[in-house]
Amino acid sequence: MTPGASPSGDGSLLEVRGLAVELARDEGRVRAVDGVSFAVPPGGTLGVVGESGCGKSLTALSLLKLAPQPPVRVAAGEVFFQGRDLLKLSDEELRRVRGRHAAMVFQEPMTSLNPVFTVGEQISEGVRLHLGASRSQARERSVEMLRQVGIPAPGERVDAWPHQLSGGMRQRVMLAMALACDPSLLIADEPTTALDVTIQAQILDLLKRLQAERGMAVMLITHDLGVVAESCDTVVVMYAGKVVEHAPVRELFASPAHPYTAGLLRSLPSLGGEVSEAPQGPRRRLRAIPGMVPALGKLPSGCAFRERCERAREECSRVTPVLERKRGGQLAACHHPVPAS
Amino acid sequence: MSAEPLLQAKDVQVHFPGRGGWLGRVRGAVKAVDGVTFDVFRGETLGVVGESGCGKSTLGRALLRLVPPTAGSIHFDGQDVTGLSQRRLRPLRRRMQLVFQDPYASLNPRMTVRDILGEPFDIHGLARGPGEREREVAALLDAMGLPREALGRYPHEFSGGQRQRLGIARAIALRPDLVVADEPISALDVSIQAQIVNLLVDLQRERGLTYVFIAHDLNIVEHVSTRVAVMYLGRIVELAPSAPLYRRPRHPYTQALLASVPVPDPERARTRLLVPGEPPSPLAPPPGCTFHPRCPHAMERCRRESPPLYPLGSGHFAACFLAEGESQQSSTAPRSGGADGVLAQSPSSG
Repeated sequence: MTPGASPSGDGSLLEVRGLAVELARDEGRVRAVDGVSFAVPPGGTLGVVGESGCGKSLTALSLLKLAPQPPVRVAAGEVFFQGRDLLKLSDEELRRVRGRHAAMVFQEPMTSLNPVFTVGEQISEGVRLHLGASRSQARERSVEMLRQVGIPAPGERVDAWPHQLSGGMRQRVMLAMALACDPSLLIADEPTTALDVTIQAQILDLLKRLQAERGMAVMLITHDLGVVAESCDTVVVMYAGKVVEHAPVRELFASPAHPYTAGLLRSLPSLGGEVSEAPQGPRRRLRAIPGMVPALGKLPSGCAFRERCERAREECSRVTPVLERKRGGQLAACHHPVPAS
Repeated sequence: MSAEPLLQAKDVQVHFPGRGGWLGRVRGAVKAVDGVTFDVFRGETLGVVGESGCGKSTLGRALLRLVPPTAGSIHFDGQDVTGLSQRRLRPLRRRMQLVFQDPYASLNPRMTVRDILGEPFDIHGLARGPGEREREVAALLDAMGLPREALGRYPHEFSGGQRQRLGIARAIALRPDLVVADEPISALDVSIQAQIVNLLVDLQRERGLTYVFIAHDLNIVEHVSTRVAVMYLGRIVELAPSAPLYRRPRHPYTQALLASVPVPDPERARTRLLVPGEPPSPLAPPPGCTFHPRCPHAMERCRRESPPLYPLGSGHFAACFLAEGESQQSSTAPRSGGADGVLAQSPSSG
């Protein structure tokens, strides 16, 4: 295998194979991520969507071994990044990858920034560590990064403390920090969820521009299907720890194959899209998915979605469906997928 | 919907002491709500949208007299409730209720569902004996789609969606006329949000409820609302029936807000209009129109004068000088929100 190539030889930058992650709970070990596989090509954007507890954040954290072990334990799988299995690297080797070649931004910019260091000091840390820059070079780089992420007066803001910045500005600082060493992969976990919609639009635009300029790949974890539609090329839909659908973004939205994906899309009200028949009175109902997400460790037999699924039949409770090609580039884990529309 | 307003807010202001600097000394006032005027009609849903810090939650609490308004007046069912004592408010409390965002924080963790839902009946002395109380509570569970077994359980035993059902059940227990719902679904998962929205819609239909629905999610607000008020920095910048507001927004802020919402359709061309900058601090709002520093259409006048809410016909109001030409000052019908909206927000010179 040539360095930098993925095992499947398709030129993926990141390739995750059969990742399984377990959590220690009072009642024993529960599998929170179960056999997750996907790949991200250089410069591509993969969206990982799902509701709380579906395992999307834990998947992201586990790639760089950032989840606290214990209680988290990677039970199986391979994470090939630039040709090496990250799960087999020593802590020291992994530190040279994190923040240098693969960086991460989180939802809560306040809790991910250290309150006792200035913005400049925090950006400089990685630059000095990974690129061996001097103090003044690192400071220069920090100012440059703040400028690139659109922070006004970067020469002054470099000495600001995190608490002096708004939520949107803090998220820009997080991006500046993550991108300072020019990583080839950015893992962004709900990067705009805590932000207001006009600020979210600014950050998503910024991310898209920086990604294009740098040819950087992005793995975007989100619950917001609108964000996915606007930002991603390929989408992985997770439910109860498993990938239930994996498809190019257009195919997924045009004709979802898994009933869960279809249900999520149907339950969304559309903006300005429909004429209401009764503008004065009570409004129409939405097409909700019935029931709720089952608790980990209390998953039903067979397909975890079957109790909420209108297409479920007898075999769905007996045979766990595997992720397989249904049509075009679309994979789904379902015995009775939604027909193409 | 009758033309008679259930709730009338006139020039409502809520100011908080603004603290900052050395030891958090009081430095002026934060005008969380800065002169808001509107009517809420029986049976309608008035949506209130805006970004964090725009004052929408404070407004919702002021409407229910949960925070005292600094100025202005609030009439509920024809009665001026602005200065009523807590004692005199109590009989009215039964008729106006609040649904909170976080159903976990708003339910007492040490009380069973039976007591959480029975408490309103106890407080207002509305159940004759434990038998009737039990029947009322059970009927509430049925209406919420929750099993009767829930009666003896505690809030932590429920999922987020179920807890929000309990929060709604408690709010509607005493058959109120008005429910203010403050971000009732934003803490919930996508697949659960639609269930709760449907529950609210069904309850409105069955019980003739009037809603003030406060949220930052523009899609949901459009879906549930008869009319929508858009807030920016403590003021209403646009107020209109739902469909025209979303189809043809007149205020540049509303336009920016709508254009910023990510559309769950990769085929749809992105016409995203990026507004630069961030909302200014409510401690030091800019002079004139508070949106002018971010507005692509700002004129010299916007820096000096604050635009009133111009009536544009058919119940559409916008606080923008660009809409002044279309203004129909004289032809405002009383059911369209009131010409008071204009008088109450007279231009102030800066």
